[in-house]
Amino acid sequence: MKRIALAVAAAATLAVGSIGTAHAQAKEQFFPILSYRVGPYGANGQSLFGGMIDYLQYVNMKGGVNGVMMTWEECETEYNNAKGVECYERLKGKAGANSAPVFPLSTGISYALIDKSAADKIPLAMVGYGRTDAVDGSVFPFAFTMVGTYQMQATAIVKYLKDQNKGSLAGKKIAYMYHDSAYGKEPIVALEAEARVNKFELVQIPVAHPGNEQGAQWLKVRQERPDYVIFWGWGVMNQTALKAAQKVGFPREKMIGSWWAGSEEDTVPAGDAAKGYMSATWNVAGKDVPLVADIEKVVYGAGKGNLSDKSKLGSILYNRGVSYGVLAVEAIRKAQEKYGKGKTMSGEQIAWAMENLDLNDAKLKALGATGLLPPIKTSCEDHEGSGKIKLQQWDGTKWVVKTDWIDGNRQLVHPLFKASAAQFAKDKGITPRDCKKAM
Amino acid sequence: MLYREAGQFKASFAEDMQIFPIRQDRIAIGLLLAFAFFGIPLFASEYWFSAILIPFLIFALAALGLNILTGYCGQLSLGTAAFMAVGAYAAYNFQLRVEGIPILVSFVLAGFTAAAVGVLFGLPSLRIKGFYLAVATLAAQFFIVWVLTKFPWLSNNSSSGVISAQKIQILGFSFDTPVSKYLLVLGIVVVMALAAKNLARSGTGRAWMAVRDMDVAAQVIGIPLMHTKLTAFAVSSFYCGVAGALYAFCYLGSVEPDGFNLDLSFRILFMVIIGGVGTVLGSFLGAAFILLLPIFLDNTLLPTAHALGLPFSNATVSHIQFMVFGALIMFFLIVEPHGLARLWQITKEKLRLWPFPH
Repeated sequence: MKRIALAVAAAATLAVGSIGTAHAQAKEQFFPILSYRVGPYGANGQSLFGGMIDYLQYVNMKGGVNGVMMTWEECETEYNNAKGVECYERLKGKAGANSAPVFPLSTGISYALIDKSAADKIPLAMVGYGRTDAVDGSVFPFAFTMVGTYQMQATAIVKYLKDQNKGSLAGKKIAYMYHDSAYGKEPIVALEAEARVNKFELVQIPVAHPGNEQGAQWLKVRQERPDYVIFWGWGVMNQTALKAAQKVGFPREKMIGSWWAGSEEDTVPAGDAAKGYMSATWNVAGKDVPLVADIEKVVYGAGKGNLSDKSKLGSILYNRGVSYGVLAVEAIRKAQEKYGKGKTMSGEQIAWAMENLDLNDAKLKALGATGLLPPIKTSCEDHEGSGKIKLQQWDGTKWVVKTDWIDGNRQLVHPLFKASAAQFAKDKGITPRDCKKAM
Repeated sequence: MLYREAGQFKASFAEDMQIFPIRQDRIAIGLLLAFAFFGIPLFASEYWFSAILIPFLIFALAALGLNILTGYCGQLSLGTAAFMAVGAYAAYNFQLRVEGIPILVSFVLAGFTAAAVGVLFGLPSLRIKGFYLAVATLAAQFFIVWVLTKFPWLSNNSSSGVISAQKIQILGFSFDTPVSKYLLVLGIVVVMALAAKNLARSGTGRAWMAVRDMDVAAQVIGIPLMHTKLTAFAVSSFYCGVAGALYAFCYLGSVEPDGFNLDLSFRILFMVIIGGVGTVLGSFLGAAFILLLPIFLDNTLLPTAHALGLPFSNATVSHIQFMVFGALIMFFLIVEPHGLARLWQITKEKLRLWPFPH
């Protein structure tokens, strides 16, 4: 029985594998897309991956990157680590040596793929999520925490609050309410350090996954009476929190979410309760971004769009998905500049490009992507490249950007990454490479 | 015709008591093991090792652990994933904190740690039975995950609570390729499965089964209930603990407490139920069914849909996969409530008579 099942499965995999090899021909760049469209976070995944795939489609319809076409295949992970690993292994076989960056869009899956992607020389893009100490490229040559890390984001939020209070947070009380997982725990170190420096009191309130029950946590908020709540939620936890905040009468204007707790998927279901709520973001919402408008015209005009629900076009998460596409395609373009235009790039070559990416305002403007991304300049020492956020506020119908770019506290946060990466290198027996030679 | 024991006489007690009394079975299992150790590494791809074979063996081991407790001793448990978590975190901490400890020793110690925790949570089994006990073990599930999250010392103060498994080195050879990890896991699983099989056939195993079938009767004939139930908890948790350590070190590489949630416990329980309660073979068949079927469906549904020109998206395929999977579970439970292992046993009995049934 077992052997028959194995044999059948083997035959099936071979059949699938032979279809897959068709992708890996010359002049094509294969994207292994570990997506999630079902499960607890499926609604978010639809927008994120829809945006990313639409951008790849858009690039193809504009003639590819110097003639190289983008191809991709999706594999459903359901935001589950074991499934993510299976998907990664499956798609890796199809990508061969010519894999574009992998975006798991899940901190858990990113952690599970850190070692594997380094061994396979496939760049692992953890844009706004994932293992934050991968900022140190000397230890993590194939992992890229681009745009921003949770720590930088948290310190930028503290900086904003400080500005709101005439430059001092002394004596204030800030509650940190978080998804009790790697995602929510990462910023704690940075917030504790900020609390020491700025002399405010930090109250930590964990919420267990998936977070659709928060009665006890908001009771604690009512007892503690914090001045602000910094909120690190994801998925269904966000709307629940907004409704609960309304119930206990905590002003939403004093509640600031992370960039994963600030999308239409969170505020619309919360209805009235979301009005005034603030969150971090690195991309604006709306179709005013020239690139997003163009995608709607070109891709959806030709009926090739990925979203089944077109109303999500221009939402926060959709636009963020587009920004992922921009990052990946620009890295491929940069790699082609060095290693040969019009050629398929290997994972190693793209990793070099991701480490030497320089997307300034002029370039973003030329792409029509102004507002989708902060300017980014990466290096071997700094895989993050930016660490800036904007703050936005939900006005009841749409997200309105309230601030200009706010920089995180680099002097405070980056040494923490360095120490953590060094510890990782010691545990794993990795000899960090010399960043001066990596150029 | 080929599968017949005619002419195979047993001349000693040892021959009578061996695990596979029929020569054909011995040859088949020998071939299977030789194939697993030497054949598969020759041609299987990395995908097969990392995504299918290694998790299959690890889950089979965890299912075996639960089968000892639930199948042989009749104590329903929903804490399997938590005991795996104890094993994973214990192995990590032994490697981290004890200088130069061999990895296999820390796997064994991880097993013992899990066994100790298992005995602790097995204590209520002396007073409560059946579904009530299941609820008590549910407490273990939540409590252990909570402890691992609550005390940062256990994850070496990692800011994210995630632990990254250390490198595996045995006698200077480092197990870093999928093939070598597979062979390591296979070796451990084979040894432990053999041990489980023999344990089940020994006095201990017979005591477990006596307690399972009727605890009052077992007590009357002189089987100490406390000792029997607690050894079942200990042995079962030991197996789960080792499985958890392998899960962290040989499969995922980095784990967080949330990964060992109730879902995982249920999956392992389903493996035991589908595979066959109270059989060693059933643990393997059940793990194969629960783990491989979704992957198989996932790999075949989409190409089939494309070939037929059906407009299926990935999400639709996922939903169909859930439905087919659920339907198959119900089908097997209705057709053969004793699990796949029982089907295999029936096949064997029919084969022995074939082609001349009475």
